[in-house]
Amino acid sequence: MVIEGNNEIFEKEVLNYEGKVLVDFNATWCGPCRMLKPVLDQVAANGKKIVAIDVDNDRDIAIKYNISSIPCLILFENGKEVKRSVGLIPINEIESLFEE
Amino acid sequence: MYDIVIIGAGIAGLTAAIYASRANKKVLIIEKQNYGGRIISAPHVKNYPGFLDISGVDLATNLYVQATSLGAELVFENAESIQNGINKKVITDKHEYSCKAIIIATGLDRRSLNIPGEKELVGKGVSYCATCDGNFYKDKVVAVVGGGKSAIEDAIYLSDIASKVYLISRKNLEEEVNKKNIEVITNYSVDKINSKDNIESIDIKSSNDSKNIKVDGLFVSIGYETSSEEFESVIELDDRGYIISNNTHTNLDGIFAAGDCCKKDLRQLVTAASDGAIAATEAIKYIEKNR
Repeated sequence: MVIEGNNEIFEKEVLNYEGKVLVDFNATWCGPCRMLKPVLDQVAANGKKIVAIDVDNDRDIAIKYNISSIPCLILFENGKEVKRSVGLIPINEIESLFEE
Repeated sequence: MYDIVIIGAGIAGLTAAIYASRANKKVLIIEKQNYGGRIISAPHVKNYPGFLDISGVDLATNLYVQATSLGAELVFENAESIQNGINKKVITDKHEYSCKAIIIATGLDRRSLNIPGEKELVGKGVSYCATCDGNFYKDKVVAVVGGGKSAIEDAIYLSDIASKVYLISRKNLEEEVNKKNIEVITNYSVDKINSKDNIESIDIKSSNDSKNIKVDGLFVSIGYETSSEEFESVIELDDRGYIISNNTHTNLDGIFAAGDCCKKDLRQLVTAASDGAIAATEAIKYIEKNR
């Protein structure tokens, strides 16, 4: 399951998490974000950790990471940003974000 | 074992899933990219009966929710081949699925320019979907390649976001465009895309001239091509790659085709939906008969 995030969850599950976690910056009004959601659900069901952040609800996180376009996927490793992808991408590209 | 495996989650495939699920069939949809198919790039759909004006994304999302809430399953995988028999198989890049009937609804793929730099820069300035990626180009300069209706639509859509839009076509445009920040360049083709990390400029040329234009984004809107080659060894296609079907039946018993991938006269949302309904109904008949 994709974890629905907020400030507190972001700190615990992303910043203080040892390992890789993908953060999906999205908004309810963003069409491509909605289309990405079932794809992310499948990636999560396959065992990857994903946290979703609504940029309207958690504007401060979005500003901190300079999110200007969504959907935006950022891979964190041990709390640090290591990869970023903007726009609607197919499942293979999402999965390859987790690879070295 | 599924009753019906549907390849493609566009309008035809999702409609087939709705009809088959409502008949209590166990349905799997396999989609290589995103649900909705080509219609997601349309900002406004005004010719789908019952909707005065709906975005392609909203229409597709409604269909997706409708199909999955009825019990149809959807996996994001790439169907690479099919095997015929009483029990049939669809083989993807990740799994093998057994089923009693198959509906091919793979639609059409966007045509690409096939020029240097294009492939590498997808997501870094090159896009095939103005409504998906347009918002990244607020107050920037973009070019749209193509001379057909959808290229003109894309240019107009982008002109409300970007500061300037070049519309570059090899031929004259299908319709006239009058917008202050759209510059129409006809009888030129795009030759090369120049980049550092992101796109920086494009080289365009005509029969006797060439020039360089600085752009932040390039939207390719030059039509579509068939993508059913992976089934060519078993399914009969015409010389242009469209699946030959009769009332959605292909040359093989229990394998059906629906939507834009079929050889047909009119490719519209409503004919895709119609094909989906017919294919599901025919597939159900086939399953009942062979029980």
